[in-house]
Amino acid sequence: MTYQLQSGSIGWFARHEFALSWRDFMRMMSAGKSGREATIMLVIGLTAFGMHAVAYFMLHPFVTEGIFINKQLLVLISGTWLLTFSLMMSQAMELVTRAFYSRSDLDLILSSPVSIRTLFTVRIGAIATATTLLALLLSAPAINVMALLHDVRWLSAYPVAVASGMLATALSLAITIIMFRTLGAKRTRLASQIVAAVVGAGFVIGIQLAAISSIGSISRFEFLQSETLLSQTPSLKSWIWIPARAIMGDQIPFLITIVLPAGLFLTAIVVFSGSFASNVMAAAGTSFARNTQNAKTITFRQPNLRSALRHKEWKLLLRDHWLLSQTLMQILYLIPPAFMLWQGYAELGLMGVVVVPVLVMASGQLAGGLAWLAISGEDAPELVATAPVGKRDAIRAKVEAVLGAMIVVVSPILLIMAFVNPAMAILALICVMAASTSATFIQLWFRSPAKRSNFRRRQTSSKVATIAEALSSILWAATAALIAAKTWLVVVPLASVFIVLWIARSFRSS
Amino acid sequence: MENFALKVTNLTKVFDKPAVEALQFSVHRGEFYTLLGPNGAGKTTSLRMVAGLLPPDSGSIEVFGIDALLDPISVKKIVAWVPDEPMIYDRLTPLEYLEFVAGLWGVEQNNARSNACELLDWLGLLPNQHERCEGFSKGMRQKVALAGALVHDPRLIILDEPLTGLDAGSARLVKDVLRERVKSGCSVIMTTHILEVAERMAERIGVISRGRLIAEGTLDELGDQAGRAATNLEEIFLGLVADDESETAAA
Repeated sequence: MTYQLQSGSIGWFARHEFALSWRDFMRMMSAGKSGREATIMLVIGLTAFGMHAVAYFMLHPFVTEGIFINKQLLVLISGTWLLTFSLMMSQAMELVTRAFYSRSDLDLILSSPVSIRTLFTVRIGAIATATTLLALLLSAPAINVMALLHDVRWLSAYPVAVASGMLATALSLAITIIMFRTLGAKRTRLASQIVAAVVGAGFVIGIQLAAISSIGSISRFEFLQSETLLSQTPSLKSWIWIPARAIMGDQIPFLITIVLPAGLFLTAIVVFSGSFASNVMAAAGTSFARNTQNAKTITFRQPNLRSALRHKEWKLLLRDHWLLSQTLMQILYLIPPAFMLWQGYAELGLMGVVVVPVLVMASGQLAGGLAWLAISGEDAPELVATAPVGKRDAIRAKVEAVLGAMIVVVSPILLIMAFVNPAMAILALICVMAASTSATFIQLWFRSPAKRSNFRRRQTSSKVATIAEALSSILWAATAALIAAKTWLVVVPLASVFIVLWIARSFRSS
Repeated sequence: MENFALKVTNLTKVFDKPAVEALQFSVHRGEFYTLLGPNGAGKTTSLRMVAGLLPPDSGSIEVFGIDALLDPISVKKIVAWVPDEPMIYDRLTPLEYLEFVAGLWGVEQNNARSNACELLDWLGLLPNQHERCEGFSKGMRQKVALAGALVHDPRLIILDEPLTGLDAGSARLVKDVLRERVKSGCSVIMTTHILEVAERMAERIGVISRGRLIAEGTLDELGDQAGRAATNLEEIFLGLVADDESETAAA
């Protein structure tokens, strides 16, 4: 006998949401092809095993040496928790915004007689679950290995992760609602995406900046274990260590860490569920709102297809808020290496081995995204296809649009570099353009028409393209670093990048 | 010189099964031609092949005497394609969209601007010319797409169900624009499920079923071909399709 959930109840909605999320996940993993469930499960199993093996080899020596509750340990655990929590906050902000602005089935549900509070509770619960799963995906192997090798009480990190997910969701919800009320529905979307990007990158960047200025290294681990930091932290009895102690299974801190976020989460649901419908309707109104553009930007001066296509692509890129926030995040990650330059580490040769590779890798990834938007994410493919021009010209214009945009993005950083070390700036320019061109070609070989709005799911269309794009960026970054280090070993990544591109192209032709 | 704007000969396209089979029809210069057929008859496939969006398996397409398969670029210069779902960019304004389309077709700057403003005025979009299309209704989006199709003064306009989902006012406007274009010498080929529109606007009608042209001509000629005392296009169309289906079933 199957248990029937009452229609419109929390359980009924939760089952519906879970079924949709599961199908979405399977579709993403299988790239929409059926009959791959067993393979997906096998890959997930092997990945989990691999992650546990890595965690074992990393933590085994640490446990063998003996684990003592001291400042070093508490700082390390607290730092790791804060780092994870900043990522959870970023993820929760993104999901909460999407819950308000994504139309999908909201029109159907809001027009039905079900309780909006129930829907809100389930959606917010789903956000907390997704946020928690993100954290557990990264930390579960370490938790399991520590429980196995040292003390079973490390398993209390699981409930702490759940509580952190609830806390991140409650805070994100509060921030979003405050923005709704102060900035209005129209501006909140962009603002929350920027906040999500800044929060996600903020802690990592902050800790790197602190590390550079205090110990002269960009390594987070070294900084968390440094005497400089340890000497400034409070005593072992301080409340600041509550999350760390909760993760290690201390009863009182554990209870505090669980009860407070859970209370905040429930309060957020009770307080904000009443205004959910009105906020969603306000957000829906923004999709019908008219955005007026400045008439001065319209010139009718494009005499040919290539310039028309380039200008169109640039206009669309500039008006893509989500893409802008992602670009902002990429640029934010460049702040620590740029700070190193500012601090004078360029003279030690660090510009070549630290700054240039980071810039090259970020450029490759960004160019891949832009190339997808320009090449695959064409909203009016038939319009371009019916225009009186050859395919080659249209593609060339789109490639030019991507590379042009990349030059605009990286130029300010390259100019600063040129003042400090002109040779390194030239090296960075060459490698940035090489990484961008490679990423663009990969997108060209694997182009698959899609709506621009599917940008976030672009990786699902081809796993080979995603891997090739990432490898190409990494290898060009390595090439830049090894050229800067003036070693003949540069031939290894340089040859590898061409092999990767050749394999990617062969995959496409086959 | 032949008097054809469009001449389709033995056009064939096979997907899993034949979608279009040895299709033959022609559109005269300055003529309004409507292609009718039940769902899945091959109307859209045929028009997409004419617009250069789908390569045929065999057959030929001539547009104003130019072989569309040998010289697609020359054909595209004088053709406009309007699908049922408007092809526009949400983040561009109507004027920016027309600027882009004019650039694609290489329309001279002054002509492009005056054509664009005239079209937007005609279609009642002037008050919205600087607003992004993302908040536009289906009717407004279709009007923007139509303006885009006309901004380069095409000689042959191909429309696939252009009136689907439009309110009476927007549909009337689109029909008026098309009539005006035909009056000024432009040729139009359009598919529609709204038989009343075909009856009122088309000079000649082609009926397609299972990828083949089963009847063609003026309304009177179609009535004769249907071989019955049909009083309107609906009866003629349904009769022709039913006859074709029963013939196919018998075969």
